[in-house]
Amino acid sequence: MNTEVKNYDTQAEQIIETQGYDDHFHDHHHGDKYQSGFFGKYIFSLDHKIIGRQFLITGMIWAIIGAAMSVIFRLQLGFPEADLEWLKPILGKWIIVDNGIGSLSQEFYYALVTMHGTIIVFFVLTAGLSGTFSNLLIPLQIGARDMASPLMNMLSYWFFFLASMVMLFSLFLSTGPFAGGWVAYPPLSALPQASTGSGAGMTLWLISLVLFVVSTLLGGVNYITTVLNLRTKGMSLWRMPLTIWAFFVTAVIGLLSFPVLVAGFLLLMFDRSLGTSFYLSEIFIGGQALDHVGGSPILYQHLFWFLGHPEVYIIILPAMGIVSEVLSVNSRKPIFGYRAMVYSILAIAFLSFIVWAHHMFMAGVNPFLSSIFTIFTLIIAVPSAVKVFNWITTIYKGNFRFNPASLFAIGFVSMFISGGLTGIFLGNSVLDIQLHDTYFVVAHFHIVMGVAAFFGMFSGIYHWFPKMYGRFMNETLGRIHFWGTIIGAYVVFWPMHYLGLFGVPRRYYSFDQFDTFRDFGDINQFITIGAILTFFVQILFVINFFYSIWNGRKMKSKNPYKANTLEWTTPIETGHGNWPGKIPTVTRWPYDYGKDGEDYIPQVIPLKEGEEEH
Amino acid sequence: MATDTLSEIKKTTQEGQGDWMGGKPPMKASYGKLMMWYFLLSDAFTFSGFLIAYGALRMSVPTWPVPDFVFQSFPGGFTGMPLIFVTVMSFVLIISSVTMVRAVQEGKRENKNGVVFWMLMTVIGGIGFLSCQAYEWYNLIAVEHMTLYENPFGSHTVDGVYINDDGSKGEAFKAGQSYLVHKTDGEFHFRKFEITSGENAGEIAYETLGPKAFGALFYCITGFHGFHVLSGVLFLLIIAINAASGLYVKRKNGYEMVEKIGLYWHFVDLVWVFVFLVFYLL
Repeated sequence: MNTEVKNYDTQAEQIIETQGYDDHFHDHHHGDKYQSGFFGKYIFSLDHKIIGRQFLITGMIWAIIGAAMSVIFRLQLGFPEADLEWLKPILGKWIIVDNGIGSLSQEFYYALVTMHGTIIVFFVLTAGLSGTFSNLLIPLQIGARDMASPLMNMLSYWFFFLASMVMLFSLFLSTGPFAGGWVAYPPLSALPQASTGSGAGMTLWLISLVLFVVSTLLGGVNYITTVLNLRTKGMSLWRMPLTIWAFFVTAVIGLLSFPVLVAGFLLLMFDRSLGTSFYLSEIFIGGQALDHVGGSPILYQHLFWFLGHPEVYIIILPAMGIVSEVLSVNSRKPIFGYRAMVYSILAIAFLSFIVWAHHMFMAGVNPFLSSIFTIFTLIIAVPSAVKVFNWITTIYKGNFRFNPASLFAIGFVSMFISGGLTGIFLGNSVLDIQLHDTYFVVAHFHIVMGVAAFFGMFSGIYHWFPKMYGRFMNETLGRIHFWGTIIGAYVVFWPMHYLGLFGVPRRYYSFDQFDTFRDFGDINQFITIGAILTFFVQILFVINFFYSIWNGRKMKSKNPYKANTLEWTTPIETGHGNWPGKIPTVTRWPYDYGKDGEDYIPQVIPLKEGEEEH
Repeated sequence: MATDTLSEIKKTTQEGQGDWMGGKPPMKASYGKLMMWYFLLSDAFTFSGFLIAYGALRMSVPTWPVPDFVFQSFPGGFTGMPLIFVTVMSFVLIISSVTMVRAVQEGKRENKNGVVFWMLMTVIGGIGFLSCQAYEWYNLIAVEHMTLYENPFGSHTVDGVYINDDGSKGEAFKAGQSYLVHKTDGEFHFRKFEITSGENAGEIAYETLGPKAFGALFYCITGFHGFHVLSGVLFLLIIAINAASGLYVKRKNGYEMVEKIGLYWHFVDLVWVFVFLVFYLL
């Protein structure tokens, strides 16, 4: 077996040389324009691989900030009596010292919760996940030199960067960042005088997110066109790896849902600064009636959740694609039910547009409408279950290789099942009467799209780190990271289900005042300790990541995992244009593992005589 | 631009096989045109968001101003000409779509002067439309005092008869008719009337301001559309200048930029049809 294995990698090289597709790329000298000088190469780079890394590292920085925020508000929830004066050097006036005991200011608690949500949802799990891997993998896996428009691709990153900067500045406002929840419902978001964070904080929040939408659209248009137009010869849609399918569909969802959010945001800006009343109706502030009449706050919720729901699939689909690929490679088996996987991605994408009002069951929408949305919501369980069964069947009886990437992929499936099951509870408009706005919801979405998407992202980072940096991440640290994270995640979020079933509401600063909820102090303490430990395990990952960039074990062969996809036929030091000579052409799908007694057959290897395609 | 090199290289080396088998753009659509289509698709969703907001807010109020009454002025101080002016401006915009088609056609024929001429005609059409819109806004803001937060166009919910200042009866009106509350010296003057139908017949009432959302939605949505026309005019100008400079002759891609901006321009026209429908017809 071993000799044959080696054969395929050298053979692949020769086949690309003889049968590849000569686009005369290297006859042109345009290529050099991409990587001339430090700035051209690393800062304003047009190369999709560098842009992917820029997204990744920016996303990681945001992840640390967002996670640190959660640790701070978890401290408040778990140890409401504790002295937080030691945080004063970082948080300044947001720590209020009374009788020598420092406590977190209530306004800032809400700001932390809001920022944690916004940052993780948009900056980390949208830009950091889909931005990173779509950029890195789309051209590499479909056999293209780069994105359709490298310039737009670069702009996409820099708009994201601008959005990041605006959001970062908003953290340092004297009135604090926006504090009305990441969903920014009016009237808290529409009236600058509604709360301290609703003034300048909200203005910057809106600007930042509009810039972010521009970034997503620039990126999305690019991903879609690249996948459709720049596939190499033979790479039909049904021969694309599932990663590419996932990124493609993700981009389509983003393209159709983010613009509606922009419409909603523009109306919100009008309400905030020009005196209109789209979302505002009969409001008193400080005993004073405002001029606003006739608007509808529910209208904003509809426009927001028309993005908001597809957004969770924008987050989870790339993770699903990555997990499919990683599981298949590491179990040395073809992905089970390839077409079913693709159709379920498409079904999820379609359904994601007609379920948004399940976020609004208790907001006063018509109960009849609720029942329709309940039905559609429950139908999503079908394609999701198809995917889960296919992943499990893929690893079943596989020759499984346990490494951090594959462990995190399994962890993803575990998280997705646990969180998905509670989704079936929450999708019922009747159960929602008890469960809405409780810790049950918090537990559900953190597990199913927060932690699960992070697991997909970790899996992808461990798996493609060698492609990005030519080195491996430390495997032992990776395993510690995995076990710490999966145990930590369950320790943090499992008990929240119980809190939620008892009706403990989310977003509350403290439960001391409520007879019903004050008995849960122990559980909250337990969760907080879990959260702190999990946070420190992530620091381990960050250290591993940056250490390995320069000092990790070097990649010796082009195809360390013996994988079939095209990115592993590029040189270890992948330069601009990805392939030094011709680009590979493709005659088979990417999942020929264990076919006809061979461990793997890369996509570039032509079909043998009489051999049938999978 | 570096972006073009990749696709050009691809184009020269395409080979046969099925349309979706890779190695060539499916259905010969260039990546640039695809991008424009996808952008337009997303923009269509933005406008849909606005129009759905319009529908939701309009349905939530009992009355809505009658378009025939609101849009009845014509430059030169004429009134009582319902929808005539907006017909003119819509006609200008539609004709500019025709000239755009001609520009694209001349591009296909590789006729540089033809392209530039018809693009400039399109620019003139676009500017014409924007000027009409500017007049319409001016008239609504400065003459009729409709603002983002005050809408003087109300509608009667009952039949009635106006009562003049001296107590004599004035003209009669029917439920559903719209009226304009006049503003003089910074104050609205609500006319008094006697109700002549329904259970409150015989009572005296005053006019009120119309639904706030009308003005806000009108300025917001037609403004957003006008912003699209304005950006379109700017892009048309830039592309016309590029075409005149011979840039597209050098690129040898059949004036594809003209085609792309053409797609955008037709889209903006199409959106106007819907905006026109909801504000001026329904």
